[in-house]
Amino acid sequence: MGPLVPDIIGNELNLVVALLIGIAFGFILEQAGFSTSRKLVGLFYGYDFTVLRVFFTAGITAMLGVIAFGHFGILDLNLIYINPTYIWSALAGGLFMGMGFVIGGFCPGTSVCAAATGKIDAMIFIAGSFLGVLIFAEGYPWFEGLYKAGFWGFPHIFETIGISQASFAVVMTIMAVGAFAAAALVEKRVIGTPVTSGMPARIYYGLGIGAILISLTSFAMPERQSGILEKSEDAKIISSFAPKSMTIDEFAFRIMDEESSLHIVDLRSPEHTKGKSLPNSVNMTLAGMFGKDAAKFFARRNATYVIVDEDESAEKKAAYIADELGFENVFILSEGMKGFEEKILNFRMPEGNLSRADSDTYRFREKARNVIPELIKNNSKKTSPEKKESKRALGGC
Amino acid sequence: MKKDKFMNPYLAGFFLGLLLLVTIFITGRGLGASGAFKSGVISAVSSVFPVHTGETHYYLEYFEEHKGNPLKSWLVFEVIGVIIGAFMSALMSDRLKLKLEHSPGITSKTRIAAALIGGALFGLGSQLGRGCTSGSALSGMAVLSTGGIITMLAIFGGAYAFAFFFRKLWITK
Repeated sequence: MGPLVPDIIGNELNLVVALLIGIAFGFILEQAGFSTSRKLVGLFYGYDFTVLRVFFTAGITAMLGVIAFGHFGILDLNLIYINPTYIWSALAGGLFMGMGFVIGGFCPGTSVCAAATGKIDAMIFIAGSFLGVLIFAEGYPWFEGLYKAGFWGFPHIFETIGISQASFAVVMTIMAVGAFAAAALVEKRVIGTPVTSGMPARIYYGLGIGAILISLTSFAMPERQSGILEKSEDAKIISSFAPKSMTIDEFAFRIMDEESSLHIVDLRSPEHTKGKSLPNSVNMTLAGMFGKDAAKFFARRNATYVIVDEDESAEKKAAYIADELGFENVFILSEGMKGFEEKILNFRMPEGNLSRADSDTYRFREKARNVIPELIKNNSKKTSPEKKESKRALGGC
Repeated sequence: MKKDKFMNPYLAGFFLGLLLLVTIFITGRGLGASGAFKSGVISAVSSVFPVHTGETHYYLEYFEEHKGNPLKSWLVFEVIGVIIGAFMSALMSDRLKLKLEHSPGITSKTRIAAALIGGALFGLGSQLGRGCTSGSALSGMAVLSTGGIITMLAIFGGAYAFAFFFRKLWITK
């Protein structure tokens, strides 16, 4: 599961990857014709919409790819960098950049590409950019208010607008294809023939329709996490879902046995279980089950996983999610931790005559009541090793 | 490859999109460019005026978030790659040439001034917008970030809004 950095590709190797990706990036930009300012600004004057075509085709390709990767669990979307939304600086910064674009004729990436091919105006643009960054750095006290105002967090555009991810993807694709068609028409009026007239028009019609059809498949690829979480909240689905369950006695026995292949997934918060966490247990949230760390955790060979929470209904939700994600050997604790605490940890021997089977059970519980708190105490005494948790990648500029 | 024959823009866009997808899959982050400029500026200022950067809010905030040499960053290496890749591509397509390009309607001096001012505006804007066309607009669109898409709309909207006033820089009509 991606991203491969930092687990599979270390931070040092990542710099080599950066160099290789940069080479491909520069090569594509140059081949597309992004090393000439007159071609770049063409879209603002109607004589060359190459930038529009390259930019939106790339954006849509990557967007649909990310949606598909997320759906099939190839990429952990919780770990990728989502640009933060600071509404005012995004708007103001964008306007400054737009003005810089029509005056200077480049953007930072294309100026580097053009400078590498010998364009002196691009080298000057880069010098200007350094100056611009310096102005920002030195004038930071003055810009800071605007820079940090209107922080909305890290929302997705479809959440901000309030539509589904798939609807947004389709709308975006249709808008792009429409813009491509309009671009060809404008070019025809301004310079007589579209820049892309090398191939027959019907090929472009086919590609445009193809792109829209492909974008429609995103309806079949809902964002995995929200889709499954939503279903796990559906009482009807959960009531008809029968997970494997473990009785509190078996659970107690296997804890006392200190079975190393028994992994306890505690849905209660770490604050709640602090100082009384069960041996060999980890705290996990429902959303956390979708992550890369969880995928690794649930993939252990010959392991048994027991999901515990206060009561069974919360455990069942988690078991449903585990089932949807294809995790195996997942049990819920029948009667939940409430039952476990009441009948094991705070066990009171009932009075009166007991059947043979019952008295065996009770004798076991009495023993468990004495042993398990000791195990819990030892477990929390253990200086738990620094928990390694995958963090979201840092990106941006 | 023939001289001046550029790749079909849709094909180039498709390749760029795949590259962006691969980048996100491998590194968890998208492409960028202006961040490398920022690293360059911070590195230059802090090595020439270490006392100044040691007492100025902006640089202190930067060094608090970024440990180590600012030049040893992902985007700096990526931009070095862009230089190599663009150079190789231009070499293969026979497009390497030292020249100052400008519209026939303006002089070289005007073009130099415009490039410098435009660059400064873009540099400033990219810091405010937390990324440029690559890091904020394109990569932001790929991961469906609201901030990235708003920046993208503002860049293109702004450029169209201002295009009329600077038309003499580009077209002769």
